[in-house]
Amino acid sequence: MWQYTLKRILQGIITVWFIATATFLAMHNVPGDPLSGGRAISPEIRANLEARYGLDKPLGEQYLQYLGNLLRGDFGISFTQQNRQVNDIIREHFPVSATLGILAVLFAALGGVLWGALTALYRNRLPDTVIMFLVILGISVPSFVFAALGQLALVNVNALLGVSLLPVAGWGGVGHMILPAQVLGMGTMAYLTRLMRSSMLEIMHSDYIRTARAKGLPPARIFTRHQLRNAILPVITVLGPAIAAITTGGFVVELVFAIPGLGRYFVQAVQQLDYTVIMGTTVFYGAFLVGMVIVVDLLYGWIDPRVRLQ
Amino acid sequence: MSPTELPQGLSAADFLPLERRDHAQGISRPSRSYWQDAWARLRRNRRALASLWIIVGLLAFALVGPALWRVDPARQDIDQISQGPLADRSATVVAPYAAWNGQAAAGYENGSGLRLAQAGNSQAVRLIWDAVPEASALRLYRNIFPVEADMAFGLPIAEFASGAAGFYEDRLDLRPGTYHYSLVALNADRSLSTRYEVLEVEVARVITLDEVRARALVPETTVLAEGDAVNLALHPLGTDYLGRDMLARLMAGARVSLFIGIVAPVLYVLLGVLYGSTAGFLGGRVDQWMMRFADFVVALPFLLFMILFQVVFGIGPGESGIAPMLAALVLLAWPATARLVRGQILQIRHQAYISASRLLGAPDWYLVLRHMIPNTLGVILVTLTFAVPSAIFTEAFLSFIGMGVAPPTASWGSMSNEGLATMLTHPHELIFPALFISITVLAFNLLGDGLRDALDARMRSLE
Repeated sequence: MWQYTLKRILQGIITVWFIATATFLAMHNVPGDPLSGGRAISPEIRANLEARYGLDKPLGEQYLQYLGNLLRGDFGISFTQQNRQVNDIIREHFPVSATLGILAVLFAALGGVLWGALTALYRNRLPDTVIMFLVILGISVPSFVFAALGQLALVNVNALLGVSLLPVAGWGGVGHMILPAQVLGMGTMAYLTRLMRSSMLEIMHSDYIRTARAKGLPPARIFTRHQLRNAILPVITVLGPAIAAITTGGFVVELVFAIPGLGRYFVQAVQQLDYTVIMGTTVFYGAFLVGMVIVVDLLYGWIDPRVRLQ
Repeated sequence: MSPTELPQGLSAADFLPLERRDHAQGISRPSRSYWQDAWARLRRNRRALASLWIIVGLLAFALVGPALWRVDPARQDIDQISQGPLADRSATVVAPYAAWNGQAAAGYENGSGLRLAQAGNSQAVRLIWDAVPEASALRLYRNIFPVEADMAFGLPIAEFASGAAGFYEDRLDLRPGTYHYSLVALNADRSLSTRYEVLEVEVARVITLDEVRARALVPETTVLAEGDAVNLALHPLGTDYLGRDMLARLMAGARVSLFIGIVAPVLYVLLGVLYGSTAGFLGGRVDQWMMRFADFVVALPFLLFMILFQVVFGIGPGESGIAPMLAALVLLAWPATARLVRGQILQIRHQAYISASRLLGAPDWYLVLRHMIPNTLGVILVTLTFAVPSAIFTEAFLSFIGMGVAPPTASWGSMSNEGLATMLTHPHELIFPALFISITVLAFNLLGDGLRDALDARMRSLE
């Protein structure tokens, strides 16, 4: 187990280095001039700005400095906001995104397992047909449409009741989180439901379930102890990519619901060509996602010992 | 029942010996190839078949549609902005606009307080009023909602320095519908007093004869007089917030979205097949290094790097932004196919028919092209079908956050983005593009399910 963990962590570090290098090279090939912002500036000002952002040094030295700063956890200073550290921006906005993301992942995972198990138990009957139809819809409808429709529905419900049941947009209390988290988790939940269903169906026909039934275990116990436990395994493997999908999906949801998260900030930085913020958040997100995948893999190895042996 | 009588449905002929046939032991049905077999299986799957027809329909909509509905998707119809489908488009022909001297028209001479000087129309609303006693000044407001007790008057459009009788002509962006004008008396310090008068004005849509001719709304030969009704240009699915025809834009958007959605997967699946089959065939250390590189590309956060590449490639003035998106998609999405194809090739490599072919002297390229790739084609086709919806989603996502195609190029994603702003008042601007994205993705997903079931028994799910 320790060897496996160490190997995965080492792989993760190399991947993050790869991401950082790719980001660095990409951002140094962006057409246009990041310093002037379209205005004419005098050579002295340009020299000062280049010195401030370290752009007057040769590329190799810049790269080493960049990697050194990354190792110390320093992402640099924003280009468009005077004297604002990228670290500050991440520290301020990431907790919002993370809260929303954790809620969405919980919602997607619990919903997916529940609905998937339900459809498998009621295979080819009404609940199965209805849920699978909704699942196909959930996979085929883009999240921004869900977000817009959810807001529209909420506006109408609020108007109908005469009181504000839930806030339509913004950030603050628990009420603000419910609808965005559901919208964010929707696509993943649909995907997990499908996965859980086929995994459940596969297990329901296996020998050990027949044995359990033959020795007279009550159906509820077979369901919780044998079917659910084993069927959940494939769902856990895709949780890593699912977290990635939910994190990047957060860009759209934060935009639509006006939530001050890092995703919305990243999109803004991209639109304003704020180079250091783009680089910093990309590497940060990349490291976060790689870390999540590793955590999920280790979790899986801990739950299912067969994985470690491979 | 006599012994010669036979049970119902049988005759004596049923008991005669059969004719002798030479090939009784032969194969009675023509042998079917793998693809014929798969097609027969697919045809029995009604959902997949319906999806196939929907996809054909969508392709026809994108390719043939613009030839049938010849409206420029970029052309603005400023008389019909944000009109829903099947909206009223009749207009009355009137004389060209002429300056006004504050006199009431015939039939409007009598009345008191705030009143119309002539029937309101989309050319101008002309208001006159009597003196308001004890008012130091007057302010005129316009609202599209009724003014209630909370005194929400709406848009202030004019202010007058005394409470004397006066007149005002409103020509500011008038649309057909109901307007509520309020004349409010101001106190000495210019604050609002509680004395006000509200006038409800119905604005009718009018058009001048010159405009009718310039836009060719009626045939040249038709004689029109003032007061006649004409119909404005037809927009079957309504118009967007700039007055552009939704149907034409949806067709143009279909071209962009389907182009990216189909061409990008074809390109990156092709790249993945080449990469994966090379790695799988060569094997050994080369294979290891090639797959290690693919693993790194897989580990890149996909959408994050899509955005980053969009920034790096940049969209110059006058460019549509389609080419950068294609390039970014191809660069980032190929490893999944490469891994899949490599796995397949590794499996096939040691099978007997490959060894047989090699024994007969087949060169390597022949083995790969003739045996290995055709035998993985089923898997590749299924991957391709599932890659289309994800490419369409990616395009819609990027266009939605403003990093996709550049305006005025229409794509379903960018149209949804524009429609979001007017969602509450004109929902059709969001619903139509969103519907097209959803239907396309749904059709490709269902077709992919069907193809997987038909082509590859190993990948067949338990659904």
